[in-house]
Amino acid sequence: MGQSITVTVNGTVHTAEVEPRTLLVHFLREQLNLTGTHIGCDTSTCGCCTVHLDGDTILACSTLAVQCDGSEVRTVEGLQADDGALHPIQQAFHENHGLQCGFCTPGMMMAALGVIEQQPDASDDEIREALEGNLCRCTGYQNIVASVRAAADQMARS
Amino acid sequence: MAVDYTTQTTGGIGDAVLRKEDRKFVTGEGRYVDDLKLPAMLHAVFVRSPFGHARITAIDTSAALALPGVHAVLTHATLPVETGVLSASNPGGDVRHPEQAILAKEFARYAGEPVAMVIADDRYIARDGADLVHVDYDPLPVVVDAEKALEPGAPLVHAEYDSNLVKTLEHVTDGFDDAMAKAARVIKLRVDNQRVTPMPMETRGCIGDWSDSTGEVTLYTSTQVAHFVRTFVSIVCGTSEAKVRVVTPDVGGGFGAKLNTYREEFAVCAASHAVGRPIKWIEDRTENAVATIHGRAQVQYYEAGVDDNGRIVALKFDAVQNNGAYNMLLTPSISHLTLFMVPGLYDIQDISIRIRQTFTNTTPTDAYRGAGRPEATHGIERLMDAIADDLGIDAAEVRRRNFIQPEQFPYSSATGLIYDSGEYEANLDKALELSDYAGFPARRAESEQNGKHRGIGLSTYVEVCGLAPSAVTAALGIGAPGWEHSTVRLHPTGKATVITGTSPHGQGHATSWSQITQTELGIPFDDVEVIHGDTAFQPYGLGTYGSRSLAVGGIALYRSLGKVREKARELAAHLLECSIDDLEWTGTAWQVKGSPDRAKTIQELAYAGWTSASLPEGIEPVLEATTFHDPPNFTFPNGTHVCEVEIDPETGRIEILNYTAVDDCGNVINPLIVDGQVHGGIIQGLGQALFEETVYGEDGQMLTPTLVEYLVPSAADVPPMTLSRTVTPSPSNPLGVKGIGEAGTIGASAAIVNAAVDALSGLGIRHLEMPMQPGRVWKAMQEATS
Amino acid sequence: MIPSTLEYTKARSIDEALAAVAAGARPLAGGMSLLPMMRLRLASPGAVVDLGGVPELVGVCEDGDELAVGAMTTHRAIANDPLIARHCHVVAQAAAGVGSMTIRNRGTIGGSLAHADPHGDLPAAILAAGGAVIVRGPGGERRVDVGDLITSYLTTTIADDELITQVRLPKDAAQSAYAKFHRRAIDWSIIGVGVSIGADGVRAAATGVGERPMRLTGFESVLDGGGSLEAAIARAAEGLSPTADLDGSTEYKQHLVGVLAARAYAEASSR
Repeated sequence: MGQSITVTVNGTVHTAEVEPRTLLVHFLREQLNLTGTHIGCDTSTCGCCTVHLDGDTILACSTLAVQCDGSEVRTVEGLQADDGALHPIQQAFHENHGLQCGFCTPGMMMAALGVIEQQPDASDDEIREALEGNLCRCTGYQNIVASVRAAADQMARS
Repeated sequence: MAVDYTTQTTGGIGDAVLRKEDRKFVTGEGRYVDDLKLPAMLHAVFVRSPFGHARITAIDTSAALALPGVHAVLTHATLPVETGVLSASNPGGDVRHPEQAILAKEFARYAGEPVAMVIADDRYIARDGADLVHVDYDPLPVVVDAEKALEPGAPLVHAEYDSNLVKTLEHVTDGFDDAMAKAARVIKLRVDNQRVTPMPMETRGCIGDWSDSTGEVTLYTSTQVAHFVRTFVSIVCGTSEAKVRVVTPDVGGGFGAKLNTYREEFAVCAASHAVGRPIKWIEDRTENAVATIHGRAQVQYYEAGVDDNGRIVALKFDAVQNNGAYNMLLTPSISHLTLFMVPGLYDIQDISIRIRQTFTNTTPTDAYRGAGRPEATHGIERLMDAIADDLGIDAAEVRRRNFIQPEQFPYSSATGLIYDSGEYEANLDKALELSDYAGFPARRAESEQNGKHRGIGLSTYVEVCGLAPSAVTAALGIGAPGWEHSTVRLHPTGKATVITGTSPHGQGHATSWSQITQTELGIPFDDVEVIHGDTAFQPYGLGTYGSRSLAVGGIALYRSLGKVREKARELAAHLLECSIDDLEWTGTAWQVKGSPDRAKTIQELAYAGWTSASLPEGIEPVLEATTFHDPPNFTFPNGTHVCEVEIDPETGRIEILNYTAVDDCGNVINPLIVDGQVHGGIIQGLGQALFEETVYGEDGQMLTPTLVEYLVPSAADVPPMTLSRTVTPSPSNPLGVKGIGEAGTIGASAAIVNAAVDALSGLGIRHLEMPMQPGRVWKAMQEATS
Repeated sequence: MIPSTLEYTKARSIDEALAAVAAGARPLAGGMSLLPMMRLRLASPGAVVDLGGVPELVGVCEDGDELAVGAMTTHRAIANDPLIARHCHVVAQAAAGVGSMTIRNRGTIGGSLAHADPHGDLPAAILAAGGAVIVRGPGGERRVDVGDLITSYLTTTIADDELITQVRLPKDAAQSAYAKFHRRAIDWSIIGVGVSIGADGVRAAATGVGERPMRLTGFESVLDGGGSLEAAIARAAEGLSPTADLDGSTEYKQHLVGVLAARAYAEASSR
């Protein structure tokens, strides 16, 4: 019952057979071994699985892999520059202690990039509002907000 | 943020060093258990009881077994284990410990109890197979409320006992009755510390890999306590502990949820043995809500005997603790921690405590961030406000009048603890100043003009941390010690390997332990590798819980570093041809006093120790040392949290306007990490105060099984926080550290509730239960004004 | 967390989509409600037809005195659309408040209406605006007022072989607003109220008040009769009996209907 799909993930074209019910997050994790995208809930509430689909932030656990045929997906593994330099959002999370256990971090950063793209001048309150769909149980969010603010500033400068 | 520091990329004790752990996590290269794949690995899904209480009359696995890709369906009858789940907790020695079979034997006693295990090629097929397992249940009467469970005639969770009572903990001081009789007034308060769920963002998960040829069992599991798991897997699965290796990969948060040994961990090992292939199980979030321990669930009745000045002269505490359907690893000990901390940081010597623990048809409760101590703090801090209110004394003042004073340390509490150090009033003063407590009336008046109720609330807390002196844990009926292990090994290249028995899951031990190593041994931060979480590398360890890692594990490290340094000194004296008394430690080298040209760096000494070309007599090769550190006492972090809220009278919504926390965790290794712990802790306490509650229907159904109903707050739902510190070093350990992992949670909930009650005090409201959801607050306002 | 086995087709046109639903496939719009239900196995459609490949179902344009909104237009697009912002603010405002950013990027207006969650914001906002949907099936197109679309919990008058293709929003709903109340930012509304002040009078509708969104007829009639806002608020929850649950009692929710109606009305009036 496999269905053939072609998805460009982090710039690499992948053609694969998937069961139609395969969730995008499982396709990424199990078939492409891109395990940086995590699963934290069953209900589209936690945001751990946030990736970019054709430039928009989406939930990889609430999307079928077959829906992404012909699309481009970007995951946390696609953030670093070719020379290994951290993306400003990664650097900012590190420099502002925006992570503890690290489990929500990939989804949080991918969502934050969506926030920065839509509202590059977002205030701290607006950053908080825009991250409403991403749960973190460790940081209390204070340093996450600082991280996103710092990344937005850095990305605006460069 | 009130604490100022500049971050740096390397450093020693006290520096705000950026974490060396971060890079793998921000690049997606963290390795959590679900990221691991073993050759030939199969996947398990558990079939769980949909009933809160039922007799299992038949299990038909044939349809599931017929599904292509399903390899096995195991039940109690076929899973090869020797015993059920074990508990390490027996306070008082006569706790009821009913059998908790790995897969339900004849009865299911809570919704979510595992009944069967489907093993298949992948998790999709396993899930399909689980739907095809047909279990016949004969539903039985259910009791979910702890107080109702103690009533005569309540349904029995375990029919082999004559009641649902697990254990009664009691502690009454000799002078209590006299003191209470002399009290000028008695203030009573009932507090319901509701059931909550830890909800780490990574659910639990494990992979069992049992090798038939060697008999070795490797269990990869998301846990805080790898060594406990190893011991218990060997017992439950009937194999030598020396054959069991437990590997803890990166762990996505624990908060006590992973301070346990769970049925699924035993089941994947036993099933791997039965099937002959590695078996992975990853918990769904809806599964996590029922299959992983819950926390709190304690109903408290306070009676404070008070003199005319607001001094508590006698305190009575009577509580019912909902243990759930079974005792997990430490369940009966959690409310024992409450018992210890009932008096809080107040000088109350006449006390009467009774805590009755009960079985109910609910998921077992156990340690959740703070574990028994938040319950004690929340209650006594609500009580202090009730006393202040009753006597018309300011909330800060009533606390001052009851504080243990600095000159009373070391202080013997009425519950038998020796508090190490603290300056509670100085800490309070700092918090009041930072939060502009004095300026509150003007702010309240402003809010009133805008039609809002404004309130300010305090919580002053002390917690018992650094678990634990082993003699004490033994005396408390905990079947495990409290020491911690470390090994420090210097390589010939001068790099250091630090092996620790602590088991971090977000706390940044690799960074903090490297800082301690740089300061104490002169090995640069970047040259230190910290190894944890694999029983193959650690002789033994206890793990990370109870704010113990630094105060116990950090001291084990400190002592190993000292041993290495002293061994290096003997070597240096030998090589420099002088007496060890002629040497001084420069921080990075041993040198002849006053002669910088006659010195050996620690790296040179590491090399010399490895080559062993010329060693002093009686000295073994290699600079390496191991320590098993058993702490002489607990540590007692403390602090003050101040919360200011505004309440919308139309909707009952509480908005937090200002939140200030001043914590005293003793000396600080890394202020960045300490602040991060406090931030996260406060928001978990806030979650309990405003949003979170694990709710069961009367029929035993879980009504909050997903993150849609169980309200873990997001960034949009919580305020920024202002943090500061006072420092009274702990005299119990050479680093003067106390612990910070649980402080935020312990301090937060009472500050928030006290603020809300203060806001509504003008309406005559004296108490609010948690979570203070808008509907509940609005109802209280309606009842107060009608 | 694993959906049941299913067949998947991606429609490239409305006709292809109609053929698929006629053959029993369940329409998959943004999937923000359907996918979680499938993962929890609360829904196990044997086949789905993905509407994400039908360009004519996406976009907003003016059509006479109405706006024609493609059923697959996302919440984000609706929240940011200048035509909807100008002519039918209540719907833009409601769309901006649905779920989270990631959900608004995928979730669609047609999906919200067809899913008919009793706490959904868009059905109530569109009801307040006086909108309708265009439903296409084997027999052609029909127009259904939103008030006649949703009949009860997760149930609509759309037949299994029909699809919502378009949402029609009136252009005279500029003076309108949506006020919602929920616990966390991401949560469904406990109660949400849309109010539109048009030439024909006040229209108000609420979500969270029963099995389907309901007009606040008492509130409307007081205001249309020249009564005071206070009097209108007092009758806002008339005839409504929202179910008590973990969020609050029936009385609390009835009270919230009044509070939110007043807030939405005040905001609409100020526009």
